[in-house]
Amino acid sequence: MPKLKKWALLLLAAIAMLPASLCGCTGGTGHSGSDPASAQSGELPKGRGKMPKSVRAFLLLAVIAMLPASLYGCTGGKGSNGNSVTVGIAQDLSNLDPQLAKTAGIREVLFNIFEGLVKASPDGSVVPAVASDYEISADATTYTFTLREGVTFHNGNPVTIEDVVYSLERCAGSENDGKPLVSAFSNVSRIEATDDGHVVITLAEPSLEFLNALTAAIIPKDSGSTITETMIGTGPFKFISYAPQDSLVMEKYDGYWNQEKAAKLDKVTFKIVPDVNAMVVGLKGGTLDMVVHLPNNLEGEVKDAFTVHEDTMKLVQALYINNAVKPFDNELVRQAMYYAIDVDQIIDFVCGGAGVPTGTSMYPAQEKYFMPELAKRYATDVEKARELLAQAGYPDGFTMTITAPSNYAQHVDTAQVIIEQLKAVGITAELVQVEWESWVSDVYRGRDYQTTVCGISADDMTAREMLVRYMSDNQKNFINFQDEEFDGAVTRAMAAADEEEQVALYKQAEEILNEKAASLWIQDLCDLVVMDPKLDGFTFYRTYVIDMSTISYQ
Amino acid sequence: MKKKNWYLTIGIVLTACMLIFIAVGFFWTPYVPSAMSAGDRNGRPSLRHLFGCDSFGRDIFSRTLEGAGATLTIALAVLAVGAVCGLVVGALCGYYGGAADALIMRLCDAVAAFPSVLLAMVVLAVTGPGKYNVIGALGVLFIPSFARLVRGEFLKYRDRDFVQSARLTGVSDLRIIFVHILPNIWPVLLSGLTIGFNNAVLAEASMSYLGIGVSAQEPSLGYMLKDAQGYFFTLPWCTAFPAAVVILLILGVGLLGEGIRERMGVAS
Repeated sequence: MPKLKKWALLLLAAIAMLPASLCGCTGGTGHSGSDPASAQSGELPKGRGKMPKSVRAFLLLAVIAMLPASLYGCTGGKGSNGNSVTVGIAQDLSNLDPQLAKTAGIREVLFNIFEGLVKASPDGSVVPAVASDYEISADATTYTFTLREGVTFHNGNPVTIEDVVYSLERCAGSENDGKPLVSAFSNVSRIEATDDGHVVITLAEPSLEFLNALTAAIIPKDSGSTITETMIGTGPFKFISYAPQDSLVMEKYDGYWNQEKAAKLDKVTFKIVPDVNAMVVGLKGGTLDMVVHLPNNLEGEVKDAFTVHEDTMKLVQALYINNAVKPFDNELVRQAMYYAIDVDQIIDFVCGGAGVPTGTSMYPAQEKYFMPELAKRYATDVEKARELLAQAGYPDGFTMTITAPSNYAQHVDTAQVIIEQLKAVGITAELVQVEWESWVSDVYRGRDYQTTVCGISADDMTAREMLVRYMSDNQKNFINFQDEEFDGAVTRAMAAADEEEQVALYKQAEEILNEKAASLWIQDLCDLVVMDPKLDGFTFYRTYVIDMSTISYQ
Repeated sequence: MKKKNWYLTIGIVLTACMLIFIAVGFFWTPYVPSAMSAGDRNGRPSLRHLFGCDSFGRDIFSRTLEGAGATLTIALAVLAVGAVCGLVVGALCGYYGGAADALIMRLCDAVAAFPSVLLAMVVLAVTGPGKYNVIGALGVLFIPSFARLVRGEFLKYRDRDFVQSARLTGVSDLRIIFVHILPNIWPVLLSGLTIGFNNAVLAEASMSYLGIGVSAQEPSLGYMLKDAQGYFFTLPWCTAFPAAVVILLILGVGLLGEGIRERMGVAS
């Protein structure tokens, strides 16, 4: 491809000039000082050489102007060779414990390495994985699993019932002072191996959704303390290496139990690229073969040369509001803000109209629970917003901050649009961009923020996961939402033995979130997956994962 | 016959044009720079939007005006901090000399050994981004170059006859430094200032470009470049115009400095 070569050459030239330009920034000033020897002899300083400084400055600038294209993605050559793929992801993978994996960005990667007794399938259901079969008692309190024959860990050892029991007990908190690593396991009263091939899990309260929690990773017995380094699981790919803030490498596992669905690629590298522009340059420069979750605005840059798959992200993006701080502890203020923003406009700007408004903490792929009508309650109404603000005692608005993780361009863009929209009702919002790690520690865990734009997904594809987190005392309730009615509805829904009743109760909880404007729920973002046209077989799931096992070169 | 000083002429004209352009931006922009307009998304340059629009439908011309103002303000503030402190340090070191002078100058050498942008990045990584942090960090890092420049000049003048006679008549040291010697080094300082200004503009632009400068809400030219680099091919006007403003501004001031130097050279 001569076109590509030309660009690569240009980029390389720019990179080669980069060091010169950076040094030049200070070099100029340094030399402009007359050197003492000549000063003492009474000479006036002269420009060195023939080339005037202005000309040099101009040349430097020409280089700087070329920088945008050159800074990243210029290590040259094709990133991958043979049957391997390099995937650009926006988020660093800070804690690789597969059972504790907190953030969606980590889970989507680990999906390829670890499996639970069951695993997610593209249609949103779960299918048997390490277990070959399961049985749920009629009262939904006893789950019996049959261990699949011939499943091996990446170290070659067969998966035994001890490994399974150990893994499940670890999920329930055996190595964490009894605090469950997977929240749904707080409902587990007993885990017992009945023989070499069966494990029985008894729940304290009946739960229809517990099956989804068993997507939690099965790991070798007693490997809990070393799992983040060894990363031994049973998935189609085995872990090779992880370099913080750089990349995670995995290779095909030849002994995968399901040869029909074995990985087609030999090697996959997840490259951490926290700057979205760098992702585009990486794609064009050939260092990345594939990028997930690319913002819509950049589609035009890549659509000619790459295959673009489009779906929604299966998460809920919102302006999450810290309900515990003033003035957001006032329901009227939150509602006023909801009336002030224009969700459709946000979707237009950020997702080119391809996002889906949600109105509450539920995304459309959860068909049973999704309530599209909720997105219509707070149709943009500036007058009403002003009225509510006046009622709340803020007739002239107030100032606030919006924190956004800088590595997710979609969230930063959304925050910028919201800031513009809030101006109409006198609210002055300031954007604070933070790195992902500080977002997790300060905002998500520390709850030290006013408002933030981010996306929340469901670990295990259940409605429970999207709602239980907003119960008053839930440790994931980072918006500090406190509402007894909501707590009651969710508690009853989780224990409901009848599915229709459960759906109704969850919907009631969703309505409460919407009515109280616990946060300004915006949309399920549009998700673009951009791939080298030679790659094929990408499948979207109804949850936030990237399945690399189906991808292959044509 | 005196040779025409083209550098000075072109420099003055170009710098004046750019300053007028930027000054206009302080008082008037055709649109509110942050206002988004769905209808104008990704708009090409046209009569309505001279420089086109970005992916939010924001007017690039208005943003460039505002961004140039932000860049200029920061550059001037950096220059002020660096030049004033550098002047004082350089003057005292140059005039008095001694162990303190040696120590301070070695310190300056040490700081100057690093690219200032690199050091400023380290400082900002600790203090966090923001306009005032950028000014502070860059300002401090600009001190050594001015200090060295001024010190050199003071070394040259401190033992001249007019200084010694002033000293003999009992004029205080401070008065000698600032009233007797300082006016003599003004031409050298001036050309140093133009180069310092260019470096400050570049440093601010580079730092904003690298994402550690000003915040998204007070876009400087560097930030605009960073923001638009992903659209380098689809929306080239988003990068081209802010970049052109930086280039012309630097070129103008650079030529101006060169012209001043040349004029000085002829005079001596």
